[in-house]
Amino acid sequence: MEWINVIVQGILLGGLYALFAAGLSLMFGVMRFINIAHGDFIVVAAYLLLVMVMTLGLPPVVGIGVVVILMSAVGYLGQRILLNRVLDEDILPPVLVTFGLSIIIQNSLLEAFSADSQRVPSGNFATASLTFNDELAIGVLPLAMFLAAVGVIGVLQFIFFRTALGRLLRATSDDPEIIPLMGANNSHVFAIATALASAVVAVAGTMLAMKTNFDPTIGPSRLLFAFEAVIIGGMGNIWGTLAGGIILGVAQTIGAQIDAGYQILAGHLAFLAVLIVRPMGLFAKAKG
Amino acid sequence: MKSLSQTALHRQSKVQRLALIGVAIIGFVALASAPLWAGRADLRLLMEALSFLALAQMWNLLAGYTGLISVGQQAYVGLGGYFFFALAMFTAVPVLLAIPLAALAAGLVAIPTAWIAFRLQGAYFAIGTWVIAEVFRLIAAQFPALGGGSGISLPVALVRSIASSRSGIELVMYYMAFFIALASILSVWVLLRSRWGLALTAIRDSEPAAASLGVNIRRVKFMVYVCTAVGTALTGAFIFLQKLRITPEAAFSVTEWSAFVIFIVVIGGLGTIEGPIIGVILFFLLRDLAADLGTWYLIGLGALAIAVMLIDRRGIWGAFKARGFPNLFVTQRTLN
Repeated sequence: MEWINVIVQGILLGGLYALFAAGLSLMFGVMRFINIAHGDFIVVAAYLLLVMVMTLGLPPVVGIGVVVILMSAVGYLGQRILLNRVLDEDILPPVLVTFGLSIIIQNSLLEAFSADSQRVPSGNFATASLTFNDELAIGVLPLAMFLAAVGVIGVLQFIFFRTALGRLLRATSDDPEIIPLMGANNSHVFAIATALASAVVAVAGTMLAMKTNFDPTIGPSRLLFAFEAVIIGGMGNIWGTLAGGIILGVAQTIGAQIDAGYQILAGHLAFLAVLIVRPMGLFAKAKG
Repeated sequence: MKSLSQTALHRQSKVQRLALIGVAIIGFVALASAPLWAGRADLRLLMEALSFLALAQMWNLLAGYTGLISVGQQAYVGLGGYFFFALAMFTAVPVLLAIPLAALAAGLVAIPTAWIAFRLQGAYFAIGTWVIAEVFRLIAAQFPALGGGSGISLPVALVRSIASSRSGIELVMYYMAFFIALASILSVWVLLRSRWGLALTAIRDSEPAAASLGVNIRRVKFMVYVCTAVGTALTGAFIFLQKLRITPEAAFSVTEWSAFVIFIVVIGGLGTIEGPIIGVILFFLLRDLAADLGTWYLIGLGALAIAVMLIDRRGIWGAFKARGFPNLFVTQRTLN
């Protein structure tokens, strides 16, 4: 029974990791570019919610909405002003620019909010739980977050495969040189993709803010979790990313159950095991 | 037949090259004689700068010539440091011999690591190497004999075994840093002038073209990855001998051993031997000027790296070279 609880907690944690991963995977899918500052953007969203709720006194739900809109706008502009200028065949410029952004964000947050650990209170919601018996209890907040994560991933899947925007994004991903000949503007398409990814990052960051303590330095490890979920699930498969997040989450909670020091290590080892056995991920749709 | 202006240009670049060699000789003599003129604090700063120079040369060899962008070279700085502490503390190996042995041990670890990491390409490889470095950090924290998560100091008796006096120890350490930096530059230079170097520059310029001419790209990349791991670990072992204390956080720090090193190489000029030298000088000058600014200095450094990518991604030395400035370390072959 104890282990069932561990696995259930791992699955719920996996929903959050899948959200981390969805934004990363979306940007890579459309632009072939990995954002090293991805985790730091998640932390920025967490701090924005902190400001909305603690400083401006907004209710958390309204705060999340504002953060999503803000982050999308910043994502669109950031892509058009900065990132589009360094995108090309060479992978070093985007890696370096986002590495620079990562350092800038971490130190700016440190300057603005200090190194203290923070948390956004979510009222009764945070402690309420559904108790099945003595050993299995599911927190309402983690469950709501998991369902929200599944919902967001479902919406992404819908946008990608059922809308004109999704068709444009998929076509750009397949051949970024031909699509402009059909009348699309790559700069705009890329910026839309980043805005969409930033909205997902905003949801992920605000959930992180309500679920756990955070400080300016935790971004890089969130990037690694996101990356691992993408690779475990297989590139180019949105539901695979959810599965990847869940596998990572379960591996981490199992590791933590054995010894508190093994939580993160167990997740990394699960990732390396998948990489050795199935380098293309467990649910890869396409090669390359 | 060369035109008049070409001859003039040729002569001008010859004068520039002689001036460059002169500057290099002055720099070499100044560094070789540093213990004679530098104070204790200056020597420590120079040792640190020379260590960063060696790390930067290694990263530059990896990224600038094989295109393998690693964000996980801190794995080898940390492994070098930890293997050195383990060898020095738990075996009878003399301290100065433990450093190269630690580097070789890290090189052995790099072989299976490369096998796993090479399953990922491009940007995925970059993040994959970072995950692997984190795995080593978390494993290092699991050894109580090496201080676990809180780290451990090198016993005083071991440090005293290097030389009898404090100034003697510092002298030995300084020349170790000097030779590690010098060896990193010369080994990269010699490698690039060899047959392997021809393959490396071909890969840098065009992978498909290099492959079609018979270069075994995977083998070359594998060899360079393992060699740079050894060089990085050698420097790492020295860095933690000088620091006298090692912790998992310091040994496997991504900011210190990857971000700063990458910024140094890219700001100076990727794919050149001179670039990392210029990058290190600039990095330490800036750090010296902005020491009191703390986080603002790091924010400025990040902004500088972004600016280099936006203005001229070849870096300072690359921009000079493109304007006809001669090389100090000649590695390219020309038809006469």
